[in-house]
Formats: sequence, structure tokens, C-alpha cells
Amino acid sequence: MFDKDFLKKVAQKRSDWDKKAEKFKCKKSRPRFITVSGDEIKDLYTPEDIAHIDFEKKIGWPGEYPYTRGIHSTMYRTRLWTMRQFSGMGNARQTNQRYHYLLKNGQTGLSVAFDLPTLMGYDSDHPRSLGEVGKCGVAVDTLADMEIIFDKINLAEVSTSMTINAPASVLLAMYLAVAEKQGVAFDKLRGTLQNDILKEYIAQKEWIYPPEPSVRLITDMIQFCTSHVPQWNTISISGYHIREAGSTAAQEAAFTLADGFTYVEAAMKQGMDVDEFAPRLSYFFNAHQDFFEEIAKYRAARRIYARRMREKYKAKDEKSWLLRFHTQTAGCSLTAQQPENNIIRTAYEALSAVMGGTQSLHTNSMDETLALPSDKAALIALRTQQVLAHETGVTNTIDPLAGSYFVEALTDRMENDIETILDEIDRRGGVVKCIEEGYLQREIAKSAYRYQLEIERRERIIVGINDYIMDNEQIDIPILRIDESVEREQAKSIRLIKERRDNDKVKRTLDDLVSTCKTNGNTLKGILDCVRVMATEGEISDAMKTVFGEYHEPPVI
Amino acid sequence: MSEKIRVLLAKPGLDGHDRGIKVIAAAFRDAGFEVIYTGLRQTPEQIVNAAIQEDVDAIGVSILSGAHMTLFPAIRKMMDDKGLKGVILFGGGIIPDDDIPELEKQGIDKIFTPGATTTETIEYLKGAVARNKKEDKIM
Repeated sequence: MFDKDFLKKVAQKRSDWDKKAEKFKCKKSRPRFITVSGDEIKDLYTPEDIAHIDFEKKIGWPGEYPYTRGIHSTMYRTRLWTMRQFSGMGNARQTNQRYHYLLKNGQTGLSVAFDLPTLMGYDSDHPRSLGEVGKCGVAVDTLADMEIIFDKINLAEVSTSMTINAPASVLLAMYLAVAEKQGVAFDKLRGTLQNDILKEYIAQKEWIYPPEPSVRLITDMIQFCTSHVPQWNTISISGYHIREAGSTAAQEAAFTLADGFTYVEAAMKQGMDVDEFAPRLSYFFNAHQDFFEEIAKYRAARRIYARRMREKYKAKDEKSWLLRFHTQTAGCSLTAQQPENNIIRTAYEALSAVMGGTQSLHTNSMDETLALPSDKAALIALRTQQVLAHETGVTNTIDPLAGSYFVEALTDRMENDIETILDEIDRRGGVVKCIEEGYLQREIAKSAYRYQLEIERRERIIVGINDYIMDNEQIDIPILRIDESVEREQAKSIRLIKERRDNDKVKRTLDDLVSTCKTNGNTLKGILDCVRVMATEGEISDAMKTVFGEYHEPPVI
Repeated sequence: MSEKIRVLLAKPGLDGHDRGIKVIAAAFRDAGFEVIYTGLRQTPEQIVNAAIQEDVDAIGVSILSGAHMTLFPAIRKMMDDKGLKGVILFGGGIIPDDDIPELEKQGIDKIFTPGATTTETIEYLKGAVARNKKEDKIM
């Protein structure tokens, strides 16, 4: 990047400077200077640290290969990121009210959080759902709930993201059925399903079926949507949960990209052309507390993805090379102590996501270590993004940190670290093999334990946790509580629906779905028929379990 | 020297958040405890059966889903129904302070909330098991 004479001068100056700084270097304000992921950071970065980086090949131009500087040529100067707050709680009516509240206050996309029974394919009246209904998100049992969630929200006008994985086909089918009832054509629908089952086995742990049939459900859906719901992002390959489970930044990016490449290979194996589906793949990352490390992670991930999609998978369409991603600030970085401080943490994390070129963003609410967000906390979180977008000036120019000795050196190191992990996964026989052997799960648990010990040894200060503690602290922010009555009401409504629907028809469509599962038919089509006649999510999942079986994780510690 | 503390760590309900329980498992092992981890999605009955089979001193339960007011008492009741005595039930997770007194009243010995250290939990368990064994002898 620089000529030899210049670098020689810099090297000389560096050694002079080192000598001069020597007497101060023995005094340290902190025992170690490490990132959140535990990597050492040097005291000073200079042209020497980026001398080996080829500008055109590695950094380049926004909207151009290898996209280190962003996937669009003009980034936020043309369009801001989508402000997409993930929410859902209690019953469908409460959730619908929250959506109207957020949309009224300037949110630009919806994102549905489902409760655990819904995520696991159980109805609200199932014994396993005891105590969980409506707690982590909204309870959905039938199409009737889905209709209420989107009551007076025109599906042709919003884009909706749904955080749903194992039963993703069922919830997408319900969304499609709501669109039919609203008279909105499928090709007008815009949105994203999370639908990333591999990271469920690795980190989030909300699975139903074993990996193989699960991947089939996903490829069926990709096929259905490619022809009928062309604007839908069928999968959002997620590192978020991997990071929340305790991974490092490089592990998050590497495991996520490895998952993405696994889906690419699966779809190609089914005979699809890579350029037919790759442009609809999207990604989801975590914005943790280490500002520069996170920015380096996004920039390096874009570069690696573009290179592999072009060189390894031979994608020809430029859109197939783009790592488009959503970001959520790190829930695991928030503290229950002095919860108002979480507003500040979230704001810095959001800033890193924007400096890293995210396409959409969720900012966490200050109360999320205590409960689901209250109205007030959710609004402050949204306002955090609006302040960032309109007041700070960071959107004025594209990839503002490019060329920083530190950021480019860190991006380069991150790229190497991610590549090393990707090679290790390949060496071990790929993602599915690594999951089966518990390798990825163990690597994450190791990183989580290391991080915890750093906090306990006070090598890492967390405000309010191991320093700046307030004795006898009283939490005085409002806490949202989900009434236990939600569970009873959902159970009652399932009972009423089962009395009123045409049960013979339900049985017939469920039987048809079972036959489809046994053959090579498209499962999403069969599921759509079931939801139209008011089959419950649990009934549909149970029907498919009879063919696909259930997954059980070997406990790994 | 007393025997090694045996502890069963369990995840009940549908909650898949297992970062916390795995950190605790690693810390307990490093502290010299015998750790048995049930894995995810255990019913109260499965948990109590495992505790009986493994002859543990304590059961540690982690719940981050908000279902704690249902699941902790259900496990406690199952322990009583199956006649499991002299075994400590403790836990942790996303649990509002206001709920803790009620849980303690229902026989959950100790609840740890976010920010608790592994050292604290280790010290607590050593103390609780020692106290329990002493009470056993007196009886």
C-alpha cells in the first residue's frame, strides 16, 4: 500500500517512538488490553500494519467486489437502514397494539417474536407449554391468532420479519393465508423468515425434527417462495444466537458463514442454480460491546462471503455475492443492575452496526434482562436509532472508518481468524458433523466460560457488575408482566375453534400432509392447506413428527 | 476430608438458553464438584428421577423464559411427591426480585439473578450442602 522508502521511515520513527514511550509503558491503566473476544490489541497502529493490504483487492469501493466497504454504492445516503424492532408478547391482541404503537412512532419494519411453545411446535394447551404461554413472545396456535396480530396492518405495505425456525413453514403458511384474506397477492409480500435450523442445533436450541428433514423443509420453502413469493427472504442465517451463547466475534462470523454455505450446498445438491436462490439469502449478526472489533467483523465477513460465493460456488450474479444482514444489539451485554445504563450500551452497539454497514437494526430495550420490554423502554430503543440516523452525522459518508490503520489491520486479522475456523470446520467434515459431535457447542461454551472468568478476575470491568456497584439499588423502571390468564384464554380459544371448524376436512388435509412428507411433494403447499382449514400449529407439527421423528440433543458440557 | 459434592444441573420447560448453566457446570467442575447435566427440556418428573438415580446433594435449575413461577414449584412438588428429602433445590435465571420471596417460601433455597458470580454460587453450594448434612445428623 505504501512505497518502500516511506515504510522504512515509518519503521525508524516507530522504534524511536517506542523508546520514548518506554518509560510510560510499564504503567498500565488496565492489566491487559484485549477485545471482548479476548484478542490482544497493540498500543499503536501505523502504516506498517496495513502495508501488506492490497487496496483494490481487499478494500476497494462500496457496492463493488469484495464489498468490504458496503454492499450498496451509496449506502445510507440513499436509504437508511430499516429500523426493525423485534416484539411480541402475551396474546395476539396485545402484540397488534404494540405494532400499531411502534409504526405510529416511526418504525419502518415489523419483526414478530413468538413464545416458546409456538417456536417449538406445541399448542398453548399442551402440557409442555405449562407456564410458557405468551412469555417470550406472542402465542400463536391457529390462523385466527395470526389474523389478529396483523389486524389493520396492510401486508402489502409493511415488511415483516418472523423469528421462527423449526415450524417456520407453518407460520409462513399462516402469514400467506392472512394475505389471502386481506386480498394481497403473494408477490406483493415482503419479509424475512429466520428459518435457520442449523444455528438452532448449535446455539438457540429450538428444534423439532432432526437435521436432515429440517433442511428439506427449508429447501421446500425456498422452492415455493422462489416461484410464488419472490420478494420474500426465505432464510436469515443467524450468528446472533451463537454470540449470545458466548462465542467470540470470529466464531460468530465463521459458524454463521459455514451454516450459510451448508444451505447453499444443500440447495445446489437439489439441482437449483446458485444464482436462482442466493440473492434471497440474508444474514443476522450480533452487535456486541467492542466497538472496533465488531466493525472489523462485519467488514471481514462481507469480504469472505463475496469471495467464496464467487470463487467457490461460482455464482455469476453479483447479487449472490452480497452479504446482506440484519443486526441486533447484544442482549448478553446488558445488565440487570442499573438497567438504565443499558440504553448507553445499546447506543454504542448500534453505532458499531451502522459503521459496519448493516441493512437493518434492532436495538434492545433497557429492561430486557428483567422482562419483555415495556412500552416506554421499547420507545427509547427505537428513538436511539432515530437519533443515530439523524443527529450524529455518521450517515453522511460511506464506510467512514476505512483506511484507519487500526480498523483495516483488525479487519484483516478478523478475516484470517474466520478463515482458520472455516477450514477447521471443513477439516472436521462440515457443519452437520460438527453439530453431531458437539464440537461447535463445546467451542462456544469454552468461550463463554473464559469471558465469565475474565469478569470474575476483573480483567474486564462491567459497570454495575464488578465495579461501580450501587449498594441497595432499587430498580425503578416499569416491568412488563404477562398475565397467567393468557394461557387459559389461548386454551379456551383452541377449544372453541376445534368445536366450530370442519374436523373431517382438518383430518383429511393433515393426512394429505403426512403423505406429502413421505414422498417428495412440496411440504409448504400441504401446510398451507392445513392452516386454511384451521388446523393448529401443534396438530401440523405432530403430523410431520410421525414421518420425520424428533431431535434429541446429547447433553454436552 | 468430606466427600465430593454431587449436583444435578437441569433445564426445565421449553427454554433453550443454556449459556448460564454451562458456565456454572464448568465452574462447579473446576471447584471439584461432581456435576451431572440433564440437558434441555426436562420435565419436573425427569429431573427428580435423575436426582434420585444419581443420589445428588443438590439440584440446580436454570430458567430464563419467564416460566419460573410455574416450574420451580412444580419441581419442588415433584420432589415432595417422590419423597426426595435432604436435597437442596436452588436456581437462577431472568427472575424479577419481586418473585424471589414467593419462590423461597415455596422451598427454593436460593435464587441467583444476572450478574451473580460463579464464586458466589460455589461458596453458596458448599455452605448449603454442609448445613444440610449437619441437619441430617442431628435428626
